[in-house]
Amino acid sequence: MKIDSSHFRQPLAHTPFYEAYASLSKTENWATWNGYKVPRIVDTLSVEYFAVRSGCSVMDLTPMEKYRIEGPDARACVDRLVTRDLSKLRPGRVTYVVWCNDDGKVIDDGTLFQFDEHRYRLCSQHHQLDWLLMSADGFDVEIAVETHDVAALAVQGPTSYSVLGKAGIAGLEDLEPFGIRELTCGSVPVVVSRTGYSGDLGYELWVDPEHAIALWDAIFAVRDSYDIHLIGLDALEMVRIEAGFIMPGFDFNCAETTIRDGYDRSPYEVGLGWAVHLDKGHFTGRRALTAEKARPATRRLTKIVVDGNKPVGEAFIYTGRNGKQVGEIKCTTWSPILKANLAIADIDYIGGKLPDALWARFDYQRELKWRTAWAECHPQTKPFYTPEHRSKTPPAGA
Amino acid sequence: MTGKSYDAIVIGAGHNGLTNAAFLARAGLRTLVLEKNHYTGGATVSRELHEGWKYSNCSYVCSLFRPEIYNALDLGRHGLKVIPLTASMTFKQDGDYFGSYHDPHARRRELMRHNLRDADAAVRFDADVMRWCRLIRGFLLRTPPDPGSFRPRDAFEFAYLLKKFYELSENQLYEFIRFFTMSIAEYLENYFEDETILAHYSGGSIIGTGLGVYSPGTAYVLLHHAMGDVDGNIGAWGFARGGMGAVSGAIASAFQAHGGELRNDAEVARILVSGNKAVGVRLTSGEELMARIVVSNLDARRTFTKIMDANDVPPSLLERARQFKIRGSSGKLNIALDGMPTFPALPDDSPLTLGHMHFTDTLERLERAYDDWKDDRWSADPYADTLIPSQYDPTLAPPGKHMMTVFVQYCPVEPDGGWTDEKRDRFGRTVIDQIADYSPDFKDLILHAEIRTPRELEDEVGLTEGNIFQGELTFDQLLFNRPFPGYAQYRGPVKGMYMCGSSTHPGGGVMGAPGTNAAREILRDLRRPDTTPEAFSDD
Amino acid sequence: MTTDRYDAVVIGAGHNGLVCAGYLANAGMRVLVCEASPAIGGMAAERRFGDGKQYSLPALAHLQFPVATTLREDLKLDSFGYSAGDPVETVTLARDSEPVILGAENVRGGTLGDADIAAYPDFSKRYREFAAALAPLFETKPPRLRNPAGGDRSTFMRLGWKVRFGLGRENMYEFLRVAAINVYDVLNEVFDDERLKAAIAFDAVIGNAMGPRTPGTVLAWLQRLHSERHGPPALSNGTLVAALARSAETAGAVIRPGCEIERIVVENGRATGVALAGGETLEAGIVVSGIDPRATFLRLVGAPQLDAMFANRVRQIRGAGVVGKLHLGLEGLPEFSGIDASQLRDRLLIAPSMRHIERAFNASKYGECSEHPVFEITVPSLADPSLAPEGRHVMSVNVAYLPFGLKGGWAENRSAVVRHLLAELESYAPGIASQVTDHELLSPADIERDYGAVEGHWHHGELSIHQSLMLRPLYGAAQYDTPVERLYLCSAGCHPGGGVTGLPGRNAAKRILEPGAVS
Repeated sequence: MKIDSSHFRQPLAHTPFYEAYASLSKTENWATWNGYKVPRIVDTLSVEYFAVRSGCSVMDLTPMEKYRIEGPDARACVDRLVTRDLSKLRPGRVTYVVWCNDDGKVIDDGTLFQFDEHRYRLCSQHHQLDWLLMSADGFDVEIAVETHDVAALAVQGPTSYSVLGKAGIAGLEDLEPFGIRELTCGSVPVVVSRTGYSGDLGYELWVDPEHAIALWDAIFAVRDSYDIHLIGLDALEMVRIEAGFIMPGFDFNCAETTIRDGYDRSPYEVGLGWAVHLDKGHFTGRRALTAEKARPATRRLTKIVVDGNKPVGEAFIYTGRNGKQVGEIKCTTWSPILKANLAIADIDYIGGKLPDALWARFDYQRELKWRTAWAECHPQTKPFYTPEHRSKTPPAGA
Repeated sequence: MTGKSYDAIVIGAGHNGLTNAAFLARAGLRTLVLEKNHYTGGATVSRELHEGWKYSNCSYVCSLFRPEIYNALDLGRHGLKVIPLTASMTFKQDGDYFGSYHDPHARRRELMRHNLRDADAAVRFDADVMRWCRLIRGFLLRTPPDPGSFRPRDAFEFAYLLKKFYELSENQLYEFIRFFTMSIAEYLENYFEDETILAHYSGGSIIGTGLGVYSPGTAYVLLHHAMGDVDGNIGAWGFARGGMGAVSGAIASAFQAHGGELRNDAEVARILVSGNKAVGVRLTSGEELMARIVVSNLDARRTFTKIMDANDVPPSLLERARQFKIRGSSGKLNIALDGMPTFPALPDDSPLTLGHMHFTDTLERLERAYDDWKDDRWSADPYADTLIPSQYDPTLAPPGKHMMTVFVQYCPVEPDGGWTDEKRDRFGRTVIDQIADYSPDFKDLILHAEIRTPRELEDEVGLTEGNIFQGELTFDQLLFNRPFPGYAQYRGPVKGMYMCGSSTHPGGGVMGAPGTNAAREILRDLRRPDTTPEAFSDD
Repeated sequence: MTTDRYDAVVIGAGHNGLVCAGYLANAGMRVLVCEASPAIGGMAAERRFGDGKQYSLPALAHLQFPVATTLREDLKLDSFGYSAGDPVETVTLARDSEPVILGAENVRGGTLGDADIAAYPDFSKRYREFAAALAPLFETKPPRLRNPAGGDRSTFMRLGWKVRFGLGRENMYEFLRVAAINVYDVLNEVFDDERLKAAIAFDAVIGNAMGPRTPGTVLAWLQRLHSERHGPPALSNGTLVAALARSAETAGAVIRPGCEIERIVVENGRATGVALAGGETLEAGIVVSGIDPRATFLRLVGAPQLDAMFANRVRQIRGAGVVGKLHLGLEGLPEFSGIDASQLRDRLLIAPSMRHIERAFNASKYGECSEHPVFEITVPSLADPSLAPEGRHVMSVNVAYLPFGLKGGWAENRSAVVRHLLAELESYAPGIASQVTDHELLSPADIERDYGAVEGHWHHGELSIHQSLMLRPLYGAAQYDTPVERLYLCSAGCHPGGGVTGLPGRNAAKRILEPGAVS
């Protein structure tokens, strides 16, 4: 990747899709993601949300950090990097992984793609090159950033399968969740993975930046038959909470950038204990996590449904009305499809257990006037929203 | 000849002397500040040495000044305006450059332009440095405990220190000790690979110190420059509009508004002691002024060896004062320019000329500059911290003209055979040649240049050996060891005598904390209400 | 394949490995010591050189300090033939005047002024007291700063007590002032004579990539003084290594020379044995590494078996050697200006001034050899004529600063460097170059090759403050245990560092033998 020294003139970079979606933006409401200018809201939040839940949404994923991990020791290297047992991962498959520092605190999470025996891609929210190279010491493996060399689109929603088929991408009917295919869209080679951050049926498309616009045009050409919307980060935030996905750096601090002692979190504490396999062989943080596993739980990120319809926002959690303060809400959304207040909260355990009752105390505004309210919270163990069509193969309507 | 009598006399109108005096005056003490020069501010001055130009001819940026003091003395209303400095950069020998931009995206992309891994490592580096900043900042406006004392107050202060340290995890404690004892080069090499990036971030750690980038203890000095903040932007540097004289001017104005009296051209020859108690001062003119409290803003060596009678100072203290490490190592050029010099390596619209410019792009060049100084030579290839503040402060130069300040490491206290005017000018030429290598029109634009070696800094301002920190900021001279173990609580060897200069905790830089802490101790001894501010909470 | 199972396998039969093995064997453990080279002793072993290998001398450590009484008694070293040897004085040479001679208590000779002679005893005593105040730290495992384990609290308390009350208030203040600073400033405060200052400064910097002006050299010197607390240095006589080996063997330990370990076998984060270069695997209850910690972790364990940041921190350990060893076979005794033949039995220094040392050091920072190096010279054949053929002598010279990473490479520049060194020596000992029959230069690169010390560093890592005490070799492995269960460290890379003291080996053994330490 070549960066010109004149970059200071344009502080925010543009992805290869920028020109295409800039013309679609009705609001000109932009956000910054990894140094790129991307839409926060394109149209209206409601339109974008329902595009994911009942139609087809398109989102520019290019700013996501992508790393190529390649070489004879690539498998051993990623195995020592992540907490999860990768023995079931094989070429053509994707898996969700989380990785920790030596203290067993989460650095970041992401998706790990295996293309062939010795070639992987790791996608993450935060900058990881330094950590990955540190983790590659002692392995015969090459690691490079390919964030700027691979353009990516997320196409998500119940009609996404039909849309992609109509756009000319053949061969998706037997692509199972977490599978990867190397396909074409017209003459454009495109890698498709059945992955996403929406909790709905959906695909992620990976393409050479040179062909980015051609792919884009092919998809948006289907707008004559299907309702397709470019969506921004705000709609994504709603659907990812509904799907129960957590976001490092937002719902909890990433270990490498945590300044205060005790403000970082282990995978157990953020509810990712299922992705930790202590007996899989050595990985970074194993010793610390083994010790933590032996102790009673002290806190957990917990999915909760908050009673009522008032926007909860940032709030403390108590064991009851005027009870003991035991936690705080990290992210929240009103779910239009569930008609409920959803939240993910960081909650202190009492005696190794989630407190029996949870109440949120929050402030909200009515016509610029602040009020305080209490609402009971109901912990959930499953994602809030998991439509059945999400994981069907072939997808419904095929 | 005996003159008027005061509650307190502060010797030296440096920024710490003035700060100290301002808090004493605020507490209702009749306070007099005595300054040997005809101008006020000590090393915090703006001087018109070439008609139409104002030079901040000693200290030149303002970042460490504690916002608590700014706020407590209402310096904004006394005319102080600190504008954030937005960039810093290093020119490379190959025609390229590395810039550290104010804009976080540009900063990251510039790091990526040089080294992709370093750009990511910077995230870890920033968090770690921030952690140490938070820790150290908690100690700035406090009096260090005395390890030789068993008084409850010292025990309490030690407990506070320990408590702050134990807010760190075990590994962070070890990391902090490493940070405290490592060289800046080795510390940075834990994060970065790129030569220029390493050199760029190392520079701040050698400013003002007689150590090289590979000398243990220099990593901490980085913090001393990074922990300042301008409006909450940790590590940001600022410029005082009107030059550094605006800082001392505002403090002096606050002091006078509280009823304080300031006398220039009044050099103190002796602190008068009677019955093991300070009673006043005698000026070089022979005039005597009496006061219950005498505070010295001079550096610790000067205070005890020059203006105190040896009979009033315990021999062990005198020995420590002589041993106190005040190694002068810096020079300074202040240059009046006929126009803005051009730097062909930079695009025309680059914002980087607005900030610090450096011309040493490898650690080896920086270390060799230090080797020269160890051999009592000025660096043949020096580290020059160069700024052109007239780009956004029109008060510094006539319209269309510019003012450049160049802070130089290293410059010896005494080159072989001693300083002469001719050697001083050769030193200046060395620096000018270095800058001219990157700016072809620079030399032709020079209208006037003031060249200052440690000799000038000592002779004019009274900084021993021209050390800008009034004593090295090495770990043997910090906290309860500053200036000396057993004398770190601002009190001198006789009753009523105090120290308030940068020789005392927490040290140099235009910070105001030593003066403030000394005022707190004085008011405490006098059982007066405390007029000094408490530190803003970091949490 | 063998099915032998040992309670402990100690890697490396350097003196620290042997000390540790001795203690463990005496505690009833079945101990095997594996040594890669054919001879035991590591850097303290004997080395032969010359065309017909007719000369021999101590490989690297040509001086020895009397070992601690406790160590001598615990391992019954005297009964196994250990002798401290005859003490030597330090004679610091000048080209054109009498030498300055330093003993533990006084100094004499040469150009010394009365003030220096008068100041020396008090100065020496004071710094020996400082070193004694640190003894509680040196003689046990470094305490942890948090989560203190057994004994840590008492280490802190004993240390605090010694510093505050053992030294007294004034001395304590002085100690706090000097503990972290450079030896250059301290010496300039006290002495005038350049050679006297340089001789003391030499002890503070030798073996490390430091010059007299490097902050932290006072602490390095205190560590050295601590190793001198049982008496002045003597010429190495080889009895220590032999006694340690016999003591360990008598207690049941097995010592296998020529037994190279290829890797430490780690299963599920736990060391279970060692794999030998020949393919054989030995099971072990614990593995104790007496070799360089960097080699232990990165070569024998391997970064993949460690946490990523820990492995990265191991890689960041500083320890590039800057001292070479020049071995000269001589036709007869050399004649140094200003001294008589009897003084050749002492330790000779060529270090005319602190500035000279500092300049010599400067070059090494940039991968260059010193233009005017610093020399520490002994003539071992005077004490033991059997080391050289009849009528001949062997001279052992430590040379600083010769950087491990010499620009242009050692192979290409070796002979030029040797010529340069001989020319330098010639100016102090006219005619010496023509007396040389055979010579050998061990550069730091050779030391790495022959003695396994990574980057040829004497102390297996700089004795800088940030690599001392609970930071040696690095935190997380500073209490002799490591992140790999049942793997321990006992080399000079550990606290309290280098010098032939046996302390790292002894402290490590005590740590291993703590109740409940090995589960």
